Amino acid sequence: MALLEIRSVTRRFRDFVAVDGVSLSIQAGEFFTLLGPSGCGKTTLLRMIAGFDQPDGGQIVIDGKDMAGVPPEERNVHTVFQSYALFPHMTVEQNIAFPLKMSRCPAGEIGARVREALDDVSLLGMEKRFPNELSGGQRQRVAVARALVNRPKLLLLDEPLAALDAKLKEKMQLELIALQKEVGITFIYVTHDQEEALALSHRIAVMNKGRVEQLDEPAVLYSAPKNRFVADFIGECNLLDCTVALQDGGTLDLDVAQLGRVRAAGVEGSAGATQGTLALRPEKVSIARALADETCVNRFRGKVHDYLYTGDVTLYIVEVEGGRRIEVMLPNNAVGRSSKFFEPGDAVEIGWREDAGHFLRD
Amino acid sequence: MFGGLAMSPRAARLWISSPPLVYLLVFFAIPALIMVLASFRYAGELGGLAPLVGSGDPDELAGLTLENYQRFFGDSIYLELFLKSFLYASTTTVLCLVLAYPLALTIARSHAKWRDLLVLLVILPFWSNFLIRVYAWMIILGPQSAFTRVFNGALGLAGIEPVALLFSPVAVVIGLVYVHLPFMVLPLYANLEKHDPSLLDAAQDLGAGAWQRFWRVTFPLSLPGVYAGAALVFIPALGIFAIPDILGGTDGLLVGNVIKQQFLDARDWPFGSVLSIVLTVLAVLFAGMAAWVARGQRL
Repeated sequence: MALLEIRSVTRRFRDFVAVDGVSLSIQAGEFFTLLGPSGCGKTTLLRMIAGFDQPDGGQIVIDGKDMAGVPPEERNVHTVFQSYALFPHMTVEQNIAFPLKMSRCPAGEIGARVREALDDVSLLGMEKRFPNELSGGQRQRVAVARALVNRPKLLLLDEPLAALDAKLKEKMQLELIALQKEVGITFIYVTHDQEEALALSHRIAVMNKGRVEQLDEPAVLYSAPKNRFVADFIGECNLLDCTVALQDGGTLDLDVAQLGRVRAAGVEGSAGATQGTLALRPEKVSIARALADETCVNRFRGKVHDYLYTGDVTLYIVEVEGGRRIEVMLPNNAVGRSSKFFEPGDAVEIGWREDAGHFLRD
Repeated sequence: MFGGLAMSPRAARLWISSPPLVYLLVFFAIPALIMVLASFRYAGELGGLAPLVGSGDPDELAGLTLENYQRFFGDSIYLELFLKSFLYASTTTVLCLVLAYPLALTIARSHAKWRDLLVLLVILPFWSNFLIRVYAWMIILGPQSAFTRVFNGALGLAGIEPVALLFSPVAVVIGLVYVHLPFMVLPLYANLEKHDPSLLDAAQDLGAGAWQRFWRVTFPLSLPGVYAGAALVFIPALGIFAIPDILGGTDGLLVGNVIKQQFLDARDWPFGSVLSIVLTVLAVLFAGMAAWVARGQRL
């Protein structure tokens, strides 16, 4: 039996359907992420799990118990808020002791458990500080320690790293992964940042317009998106509308406007399809003045329209002879790569293997 | 073309702040000094002050004296007067706090579009004259009023003798609370309205019921508002004379009434000054204490 069962939960705000018949089942010990753009319903769903909001339809079951009518203070679920919501009039120590006092923990035990929680988030020595005397990263850790100190069944994290700068964010991601492994508590993480979701989670539910578009492990989500939305939302992607010209066993021949005939691997459920989208990751496309790699069955000549240099990789936008623009990613440490970049206007050849693109049936 | 008028930021600050500074100097600091000086002088025969330099007549009182202070500290009746005033002012402050807190909290948590209207209702009484409002209480609490009849009727049902409400300490406290209530509501509201609602969500999420959320989060965070409101109610209530004059009857006199009597009826300016100075010193002490306590709370 799963720790958390969400059964066709719906939440409406007047005419707006924020969460539309979502069903999820989350196992104990999982690091589960709800990923989606703002307004997709992920935060509403999280608030319903915490008990701040009630579903209009469906059921939320935690540990076999229906949560309908159970207020937040009586749920064994704690939240790390986006703003951290640390109590400004209490020290770090008092903040962390708060849930222990609420659950009537014996006074003699509180000190030891607060120290243990501070140790978990490497904040020993900060007991007497007030929240306004801490850095952003330290506040975030206090919020996590406070939410974990009395070992809830579920820890909900509402974009907890959104306010941190990129370097610190990465560090905190590693700490969160280690912490979750150590304490073994089920984490439900909400974010709109797909890189963060891929880095942290065991499983990810991609949400859009109140529905779950796809629920999978990060690697599957990235390499085999189920639809255009997921392909587009997770990572960079060329989305090429196409018609199926020929289907022969495991391969598909696709006609793409302004590009031409493209060969792609068939996927489960592609049999009999006539229309679809080819999702092609930029890093799966090769670029050279003249491509040597014979495995690239799809080859097109074109010229560089523009490029974006981001340090470790360069993203080229190549306009092929048919007129379509394709994004191509080239690692800057690629073997044989000269120090010179392709410049806008340079004639190049791009190409990709049969199994590089992922066909999405309409 | 305004080059000649250019001034340093410091000079500009001084220029902008000088009108209120001059105003306070002329109408507060100087009169206060005159009062301190007056408290060390003799009363004039027909009121006012006796001359500072005598004409040589040995019977004439002139010059400086500690007599007024000796009179104040020599008779416990004045100490009792201050204690009584202190008691009325503290009772008023506590009642105002108890009544104003739920009101301020309700306004602060009501929908944004209602808040301004509700605050307006709180300050609405200021639009009519203070004395008229206090006289209205005289009618409400008078022996023939509907309120008093219902009140005494209820007492009668409980087997208690009817009481006179007007000209009693109860009437004074009712008047004091009524007049000062907005001064408690406004600073409390200003504080409560700024509270971050996510703190209450966090407290609830971490297991706090409604009472714990109030007692451990809302109330401690509202203490600066409580101190400000307490100071704004306590200090004026300590020196007020109009309300005890109108509603208090003969033994409802407070410090303010006695000071007024000394200046206007007894025409003893020096002793009135002594009472005023003691009142001012006490008020400053309380305000300082409130500020000190508030700072000790790190708020």
